[in-house]
Amino acid sequence: MLKDNKLFMMMKVILRKDRVSILVWSLSLISFTFYVAIAMPYLFPSEADLMAMTQMLENPAMISMLGPIYGGPDYTFGAIMAAEMLIFTGIAVAVMNILLVTKHTRRDEEDGLIELIQSLPVKKTIPLKATLITYGFVNLIIGLIIGIPLELMHIESMDMMGSIVYGLTLSAIGIIFVMLTGLMAQLSSSSRGTLGLSFLLLGLFYMMRAIGDISSEALSLVSPLGLMMRSKPYVDNSLIPLTIMIFASFFIGYVAISLNMKRDLDAGFLPQKNGKAEASKYLSSPFGLIVKLQKNSLVIWAITVFILGASYGSILGDVDSFLENNSMYGQLISNINENGSVIDQFVAMLHVVIALFGTIPVLNMILKLRKEEKKGRLEHLISRSVTRNKLMTSYLTFAFLTSILMSISGAMGLFVAGNQATQGGLNFVKILEGTWVYLPAVWGMIGLSSLLIGIIPKWTKGIWFYLTFSFISIYFGGLLKLPDWVPKLSPYGHVPQLPVDSYHFTGSLILIFISAITIVIGISAFSRRDLDNPA
Amino acid sequence: MNVLEVKDLVKKYGDFPAINGINLEVKPGEVYGFIGPNGAGKTTTIRTVLGILKANGGEVKVFEQDAWSDAVKIHERIAYVPGDVNLWSNLTGGEVIDLFLRLRGQKNQDKKYKLIEKFDLDVTKKCRTYSKGNRQKVGLIAALASEADLYILDEPTSGLDPLMERVFQECIMDLKAEGKSIFLSSHILSEVEQLCDRISIIKNGKIIETGSMKELRHLTRSLVSVKTKLPLEQIDQLEGVKDVRLEDGVYQFQVDAKQIGEVMTYLANHQIEYIENMPPTLEDLFMHHYGKEEA
Repeated sequence: MLKDNKLFMMMKVILRKDRVSILVWSLSLISFTFYVAIAMPYLFPSEADLMAMTQMLENPAMISMLGPIYGGPDYTFGAIMAAEMLIFTGIAVAVMNILLVTKHTRRDEEDGLIELIQSLPVKKTIPLKATLITYGFVNLIIGLIIGIPLELMHIESMDMMGSIVYGLTLSAIGIIFVMLTGLMAQLSSSSRGTLGLSFLLLGLFYMMRAIGDISSEALSLVSPLGLMMRSKPYVDNSLIPLTIMIFASFFIGYVAISLNMKRDLDAGFLPQKNGKAEASKYLSSPFGLIVKLQKNSLVIWAITVFILGASYGSILGDVDSFLENNSMYGQLISNINENGSVIDQFVAMLHVVIALFGTIPVLNMILKLRKEEKKGRLEHLISRSVTRNKLMTSYLTFAFLTSILMSISGAMGLFVAGNQATQGGLNFVKILEGTWVYLPAVWGMIGLSSLLIGIIPKWTKGIWFYLTFSFISIYFGGLLKLPDWVPKLSPYGHVPQLPVDSYHFTGSLILIFISAITIVIGISAFSRRDLDNPA
Repeated sequence: MNVLEVKDLVKKYGDFPAINGINLEVKPGEVYGFIGPNGAGKTTTIRTVLGILKANGGEVKVFEQDAWSDAVKIHERIAYVPGDVNLWSNLTGGEVIDLFLRLRGQKNQDKKYKLIEKFDLDVTKKCRTYSKGNRQKVGLIAALASEADLYILDEPTSGLDPLMERVFQECIMDLKAEGKSIFLSSHILSEVEQLCDRISIIKNGKIIETGSMKELRHLTRSLVSVKTKLPLEQIDQLEGVKDVRLEDGVYQFQVDAKQIGEVMTYLANHQIEYIENMPPTLEDLFMHHYGKEEA
């Protein structure tokens, strides 16, 4: 009894510590699901709209991206909802669990909290058990909250049973990732390693089902992300995949707990690789240091942007018929530009999206400078005859290279997949031009960030608001019926949209000029101000 | 020529004067101790000397050059260890040490290898696995392996175990023998006492005392524990004696350094069985100053 009480107390501590994150995650997941469910009848007001959408969802490229669609040939809203939403909501749930469970396992262990708890008369495995059970329940509740009201909305073809299965499918994938992350936390000996391994698994499962869904059912069934799709909510409402997932979760959880019982504090089961005793010859300047620290994240971003481009490219073949039949998406695109063919308009929109998305890693790289300052690590460099000028220039150079790399990899993704989908209808140089015209706008963002870092460093993160504003005003500007001058407040609003518009270099020149000026001011302000005291 | 010269330095954070007009001089070949409690302004002073912060008033000269505008030139001849050594979690200790040495343009590696061995650091481990003490070792090895003229060390031994503290002290003595200047901030008092030629005591952004240990010692009192055959009835009435306590027949009290002779004569007359006289530690110096202010 007493033992149970301690477990219960630990669970309460976890819930209390995480109440905000749990609330934010759940509310986002739930409201996003509801939003789509409610929007469904408006997105597809007619049979023709529905047909266009399902045609696209039956396309192999889309199946490998989203998973199979069930319930044909007369698809209901429910079937489309499951095909469109289930896999990515499931991935979001998995990400939530990976982050939160890592926090309570390895991170707490690194911070010495687990040691503190283990020094009390508490069984060794209690913290892990408490984490796994707490998050098991959290996922169950999220699933139920998504499922039950979904039914209460009385959307045609979304019945009680289907909605509950839909919600529980999300619970099941969440619970599996609670246990898997718990297991990875035993194998790896750091929170970074735990995160890395868990995300690697998530990526692997996604790849397995992406390949499996178009070529091998068995491969999909081995991947939890593939298996979850086989519960076929609103179509078959099969409980068998869910039962298998729950049993698998219990098994994985059991293994994690027994490994936890066997290992020492701060130890892991995977061997710790020792690093190099001496630095490679490239690690001899601030720029070398930035490359060394950022190259992994740069590669991951380049791949992500490539996949983004490719996933849009893969639907280029169907885009004509889809856009002609769907009034809302059609409106979204024609707001970007009213000239040109539908496919050109669509490609023009993709260039903006790739440019905006590719700006995220670019800004990330510059903001690293500020982060290093706050962590007190710039002192090491500055106290060793590195000028601030050189330091900031190194970060900016890396950001410029990042911006070019992102536009290339986005264009390549779009071209490779799009060319396949349109049977060789694309021209790589044209696509590259379309993404490259946005570089001056991205550089404007670089300039603005430098200005913030130099002059009002405390507001540096405000650049994200500006990027968000740019995205909303340009992407949704027409849909939201914003006046024309609103997108012009963003640098991206001053870029000609190829291939629909013709190119004018004056706009680019002005953006490059602004970028150069702001960078020079930013650097000189940075060289003149105090560095922050490390927090 | 002074290695470091600080004149009437003022540094404000907003309206708050973190440093309020301090003066310092470090002479060539000198080990200089900079002592004060947390928040006294030690680190702020050091960061101003390094040109990381810009002074609001006064003058900071290192090697007769301006600390802010000639920072890079100065840094070529300085080695520095910050108080809290934060490192990049996915670099190894060895990589960080090499980077730090290369940024100074240093080629000679012999000293580095010797120091790694002396400090017994596993340089193949990633920095994220290092304890505070090991991160401190990385900072110290990188600084001590540097060919510099002035070594600025902010709380260098925090996190080191006593054995490593000894190693550190040896390294400082070696540098001193080579004629290098060392500026050492600390609140670990014993190390300063043994190493420093001169010390300054800083409190609330002001220097309240500067001098050699010998010069400062006159300000303090010795702590005497004594057991005598005859009872010391009038001990608390002697001039310069304070805080008399009697425990198990042992008297314990503080004596002003000036009065120690007379007190000893008095004690000798009472047939001493056992006596212990502890020299003033810097803790006593602190107490003395705080006491003075509170009174």
